[in-house]
Parts: sequence; structure tokens; C-alpha cells
Amino acid sequence: MLKSLLFDRWRWAVLLPALLLALPVIIIFASWLEPQTAIWRHLRQTVLADYVVNSLLLAGGTGLGALLIGTGSAWLISQYQFFGRRYLQWLLLLPLAMPAYIIAYTYTGMLDFAGPVQSQLRSWFGWSFGDYWFPEIRSLGGAILMLALVLYPYVYMLARNAFAEQSASLLEASRTLGLTPRQHFWKVALPLARPAILTGMALAMMEAFADYGTVQYFGVPTFTTGIFRTWFGMGSAQAAAQLAALLTSFVLFLLLLEKWSRRKVRYYHQGQKHSAPALRRVGPLRQLTLLALCLLPVVLGFILPAWRLLSWALANWQRTLNANFWQLVWNSFSLAAMAALLSVLLALLFAYAKRLRRDPLVRLPVQLAALGYAVPGTVIAIGVMIPLAWFDRHVDLLAEQWFGIRTGLLLSGTLAALLLAYSVRFLAVSLHGIEAGLARIKPNMDNAARSMGYSPLQVLRKVHVPLLKGSVFTALLLVFVDVLKELPATLILRPFNFNTLAVRAHELASDERLADAALPALAIVLVGLLPVILLARSTERRMQGTE
Amino acid sequence: MLALEQLAIAYGRHTVVKDISFSLAEGQIGCLVGPSGCGKTTILRAIAGFEAPQSGQIRLQGQTVSCANQQLAPEQRKIGMVFQDFALFPHLTVADNISFGLKQLSKADKAAKVKQLLQLVGLPDLGERYIHQLSGGQQQRVALARALAPEPKVLLLDEPFSSLDAEFREVLARDIRKILKQLQITAVLVTHDQFEAFAMADMIGVMQHGQLQQWATPYELYHRPASRFVADFVGRGVMLPGTMLDQQRVETCLGIFRQRYLPDVQAGDQVDVLIRPDDIVHDDESAIQATVADKAFRGSHILYTLALTGGELVYCLALSHHNHAVGEQIGIRLDLDHLVLFPRTLGAVSGLN
Repeated sequence: MLKSLLFDRWRWAVLLPALLLALPVIIIFASWLEPQTAIWRHLRQTVLADYVVNSLLLAGGTGLGALLIGTGSAWLISQYQFFGRRYLQWLLLLPLAMPAYIIAYTYTGMLDFAGPVQSQLRSWFGWSFGDYWFPEIRSLGGAILMLALVLYPYVYMLARNAFAEQSASLLEASRTLGLTPRQHFWKVALPLARPAILTGMALAMMEAFADYGTVQYFGVPTFTTGIFRTWFGMGSAQAAAQLAALLTSFVLFLLLLEKWSRRKVRYYHQGQKHSAPALRRVGPLRQLTLLALCLLPVVLGFILPAWRLLSWALANWQRTLNANFWQLVWNSFSLAAMAALLSVLLALLFAYAKRLRRDPLVRLPVQLAALGYAVPGTVIAIGVMIPLAWFDRHVDLLAEQWFGIRTGLLLSGTLAALLLAYSVRFLAVSLHGIEAGLARIKPNMDNAARSMGYSPLQVLRKVHVPLLKGSVFTALLLVFVDVLKELPATLILRPFNFNTLAVRAHELASDERLADAALPALAIVLVGLLPVILLARSTERRMQGTE
Repeated sequence: MLALEQLAIAYGRHTVVKDISFSLAEGQIGCLVGPSGCGKTTILRAIAGFEAPQSGQIRLQGQTVSCANQQLAPEQRKIGMVFQDFALFPHLTVADNISFGLKQLSKADKAAKVKQLLQLVGLPDLGERYIHQLSGGQQQRVALARALAPEPKVLLLDEPFSSLDAEFREVLARDIRKILKQLQITAVLVTHDQFEAFAMADMIGVMQHGQLQQWATPYELYHRPASRFVADFVGRGVMLPGTMLDQQRVETCLGIFRQRYLPDVQAGDQVDVLIRPDDIVHDDESAIQATVADKAFRGSHILYTLALTGGELVYCLALSHHNHAVGEQIGIRLDLDHLVLFPRTLGAVSGLN
């Protein structure tokens, strides 16, 4: 019994990599075992309140903005028939392709003193510097606006599905009970969609907590920038880790909130026979208003910044489209491809282990390892850096004592560190896809194939591979793009002089070379479009089933 | 109380129902039956105000609520509706679902009303439950209670039993009829199941291709169907070929019978005679012999399928103790109360149903 428990290959095959993936988060929380009182006293006297307040305001504001834009557009799309609705329902997803730090550069370029908007205003009204007030984009409010513009699709997507899943007879039931359609929205439709909306909001807020690029660029002191400052400015990895732990607990609280709000979801559509609500028809003037309302987030969140990037890139391509750029592309793509492959292989291992061994010793480590998606990239980077540096230092020491050679940096500052960080952060993305794909292969399909004389390996090849292909491809793509867009972990962990598109775009923008940053930024946005298209197509297919 | 006059509804150019007229007095329960796609649900939705008529009108207590160019909004009609999928609100408790339509009442009045309705539908202790904690039959009762709460003038029920197990349907149908009669509520029910219609309704309308084929009491519908379709759709039966001897008498292989209902027939016309299983009586003394082709044991009765000498098949509902094996010859007699004839047309082929 004990022997079989100890020597079950699947358990070890899961436990070891899962623990490795959970290690960074564990390290972060373990940092509190050794409180850095002096640094904390300093932090508390100076910037800690700013970090907390700004991070909370940023996440709260972003969540609220995403809630308003996402729920509003989802309701209009799901209720009204208007010109352009069919295109808008997936166009509204486009801002997902725009990383927050990139939209932040483009709006700064458009709205700052020298930008086209203020210049135009000055030339129209003959103002000069100091004559007029113009909202400062580089502020907390600006950061909230930027994040809300690119994160509202989380709410939109979930809310639209929730509204579309509501049976048409619910509205009719409300009306036979004396409610107008407007009263139905507030009393029935919205409460029913609330779990989905809250989930979307929690996701948006988690991203806002994790954001580094935008707030760093706008000079808003938050937890993420604070972690950077504490580490690189004050040189205290321990204190940085402690800050990171604090930030992570905020995020985990959101995660709990999300889980809690999901709790009732399955009761909310209990297999009620579905008849999709007929779209309401309105006159041409109202159609135009609806079109404008739904177009606004798309224009502000994607079309305008993308156009700005494109025009910058086109104006400067002779200077920027050079061997350096292709080197960046190669670095980014090969790194993202490696990370995607690693993450999908791990996901396959975990998913199959969970399928074959339905016991908590397999399930719990996998759950722990998959928690990383909620943890900000900055935090993961610190959690990876600390143990790897410790490892390198000790190996170096031992090697010198025993063999008289110095090994230097074996792991930290190498691609291995980056790949570990990406695996931690994006395992959940690939795992989610692979598990969903595997769930479609019912255990009885295996049994059926086995009873028809196929060996387990043949079952794998004849049944699983063809059925799982699509999910594996999707998972690869999603992780690939996420890695390509990732900024803070890459910034901290990349090998010396190793640049990616995201890092370079951030560096150039920080040096106020916005026009030069446009080409790498545009490349990221273009690649980022791929999963959005995939998402739009799959939801469209699902919607067609119901409409 | 409720009257439909020459109602026609179209989606674009496609006419869904036309020329629908019927009326119900206060407290009467009407039922629309027909195969799926015949337009019966469309009529129900028009009464509720979810569909606008192309022509004709719907009147409630003498007031026109729907006509071609004017529509009273559904929420102003005071019509209750029980939906096929119940459409209960999953985010509310049973009690909150029931009081959902009682916006005007005070809290105490609401609670009293909810209590009274739960009592009425036989679920006195379930007010605090959520919908997902109820069985299908309980959900059905809550849906009824919710629709009854605002004391509607008319109650509409759209396939109310279709999502329930067959065994519950009859009990529930009878219970609901009792409740509706007790409250003197005018109701319209839509179903594709004739037995539900028989169990619930005072008046039944049979629909086909968007038209009302017949509007009559269940008894009349069964024994005096107005068309071949109605005869075919309601109850079992076969069409036995016959020839008119004169305007009154028809000769079939089972003998000569008198008819009263079909006016324009001449001697020599070919007709079909509707034979119900209860029209054929098992009689060992009879000279007419038939071969048992199939039998279905029904407990108190046995439904025989009999082959006549000419090869025609008829049904015979015999008491259970008349037990005969397949292949045996038995004596039968035709006991026709009302003879139902249809002129033989080219397309009409007599067949088993």
C-alpha cells in the first residue's frame, strides 16, 4: 500500500514540476518569515500609503470602468438589432489585443503638450503654454482610463454570453407580471448576469493590480513600481518580496471574490429550454445612436491607438525596420515559442495525470501550480529570482571550495529563469484549454476503443491525438501571445542585453522615443490579434447555435 | 370574456395563422391542440401581447387589446402566463418569484398572498427554497402560483406539462383544472397532447397549418369530428370504405348504417366511415368474424387490431377477460352511436392511426 503510494509514477511526475511552479509564490509569502523592519519603517513613513491607495484606486477604477463599458455594450448588443451589430459584437473584443502599456504610449503621444490634439487646440484658439487647462494623461486617472479601455472586453465577453443565455421567456414572464422591459433589465436580467459580470470585473481588476508598464510610464507609484524600486533602488530583495506578498494577497482576495460570485452560476441556467430572445427593432435614429455608443470603446480602445502606431511606424520605417528589429522579432518569437511549448507540455502532463489518477495528491498540486495566473508578473519574477540567485551562489561557492572553479550565474539571468517564470504565469492558460479538450474525450471512448482491440498507445494515437489537436494548438497560440505581450517579468529576468519586442518598446517609450517604439509595439498588437480572432470565431459559432 | 375574431398573424410575408375565431366565457378553460408548427403557440403569444396581428382582433372583457394597428403592451393586459420552460427567476426564492408581479402590495399583504397561493398549489412549506432546489413538478406549481398571483383576468398555459414525466402530467393537469375552476379563471392551454386537452379543457380547438379546424367540446370533437384531420388527430380510429345506398344509408363490410350529418351525398357515392375502437364490440354470437392481427394489453381492456375478411384493419377495445390469441377468429358487432362519414377523395387513403 505504502509502496504503491510512494512509487506511483504519475504522482511524482506531477508533484515535482508542480512544486517547482509553486515555488516562486511560496518564496514570496515565506519572505515574511524574516520581516525587514528598518525598510518597512522607511516605506511606511514615505511611500507605502501611496502604493496601497494608488493600487486600490487603480484596480477599483479600472473595474468600475470595465463594468460600465462592458456591461453597457453587452446589453445593447444582446438586445437591439441595429446597423453594424453583427460586426460590432466581435469588434468590441479588439482592445484585448492592445497591451495597456502600449495604449498608454500612444495616448501620451496624442494628448501631451506637443501632441496633435493640444497643438491643434493652440493653433485654433491662439493659446500658448500655461494659457489653458488640459487633463494630464500621465496621471492615476489616465492610467485607469487606459486600463479600462483595454480590459473592458473581459466584462463584455462574459456579460454578453450571460445575457444571450437568458431564455426569452424570462422577459415575457416579467412582462405578463406587469414589468416594462426597462424594469426587467434592472430586476431580472442584470441580477442574473451579475456572477458573470463580477467575474469579468475581477479579471480586469487582477490585470490592473498586475500592471507595471502603464503606471511606470505614467509615473504613478503603485505596488508593482514599488517592488521594482525597492529591489533595484534600495537593493532589498527581501523587502521587495514582502511588498510582492502584500500585492499578491490583494489579488488572491479578488480571486476568492470571483470564485464566490461564480458559486451560483450553474443554478442560473439550469438547462432551461432555450429560446433566444428576439432582438428589439428600433428606428434609424436610435440605430445610429446605438452604433455610435458601441463603436466608441472600439475606436478609443483599439482603432485610434492602432492607427497612431501604424502612422508612426510608417513614417519611420526606413530608420526602424532594420536588422535590430528582426533580431528583436526573432528573440521574442523564439522565446514565446519555447515558453508555449513548455507550458503546453506541462499542461498535457498535468491534465493526463488528473484524468488517470483521480486523487487529491494529484489534483491539489496542479491547482497550486495553476494559481500563478493570478499572480502579477513582477511578483513571479521576484519569486523566481530569489531562489535561482540563492542556487547559483551556493553552487558557485561549493564549486570553488571543492574544485577551485567558479561557476558564476548558472540559472539566474538565463533563458531558463524566464521560461520558469512564464510557465508559472501561463500554465493556467494552457491547462484550461487542454483540460477542456480532454474533458470532451469521455472515458468510455477509451473503453470502447480498447474493447475493439486497440492498445492504450493506439487509443492515444487514433482517438486522443485527433480530438485534442485543436485544443493543443489553441493553447500554444494563447501562451505564445501572452508571453509576447508580457513585460515586467521579462524586464527583470531577461539575460543581459537580451531584448524582446515588449522590452524594447517599453525602453524606447520611456526614453520618449515614442515614434521609434511604434514598430515593435505594432508587431505585438498584430500578433495579439490572432487569439482575438480565434475567440471571436469560436464565440460566433456558439452564438449561432443559439440565435 | 376572451374573444378572438378573424385573427391573422404573419411574419413578413409568411402567414402563420389565419381566420382564427373563438371565444371563452368567464371561468371556461379552452385548449388549442395540433401538431407542432401549426401555430397554436403563436395564438397564445398574440393573446399575451407578444405578437401583433396582421388583421382581426383580440378582445378581453369587451375591450379590444390587439388589432392590426393597435396593441396594448403585455404588461398592461393583466394576463397571466405559464411558460413551457416555466421561466422562473433563478435568482429569487419561491416566495419572491410568486410575489414578483405584486408590485403594489405592502410587504404583509404580499406575504399573505404568497402563503395563500402556496397553499393552493400544494407547496405550503417551500417558500424559502430556490428554484434549483425544486423538482420539475414543483417548479410547474410555482410557475402557476406566480402567474395567478396578480389575479389575472385570463391565464395562458403554453405546453405546461411537456417537460414533466408522463406519470405526473395527468395528476397535475387535473389539479390545475381544479384550481382554475375554484378561482373561476378563464384559461387557454396549448398542447400537442390530446389527453392533456381532454383532462383540462371545456372547449378544444384543433389546429392544422395555421387554421382552426374545429372548436368544440371534447365529446363532440371525438364523436363528431368536422374533418378528416380532426378525426385522425383526436383519438384512434380507422376509415372503413363504404358506399351510399341513398342519402341516408351507407353500406360497409360490417353492415348497413344510417347517417345524419353529411348532407350532400348521393346514392352510389364512395365514402369513408370513421370507426373508433369503442365502436366495435366483441360479441361471440355475431356472424361477423375477424382475425386477431395484434393485441395490446391495457389492464382493464385489451386493444385488439382485427383483420376483416376483406383485409381491412380495425381496432376493437374489449374487456380484459375476453382474452384471445393472435390468429384466433372472434365475433364482432358494430355499435355505432353517431355515424361519421367523409366523402372519399383521391388523396384520402384510409389508414390506421
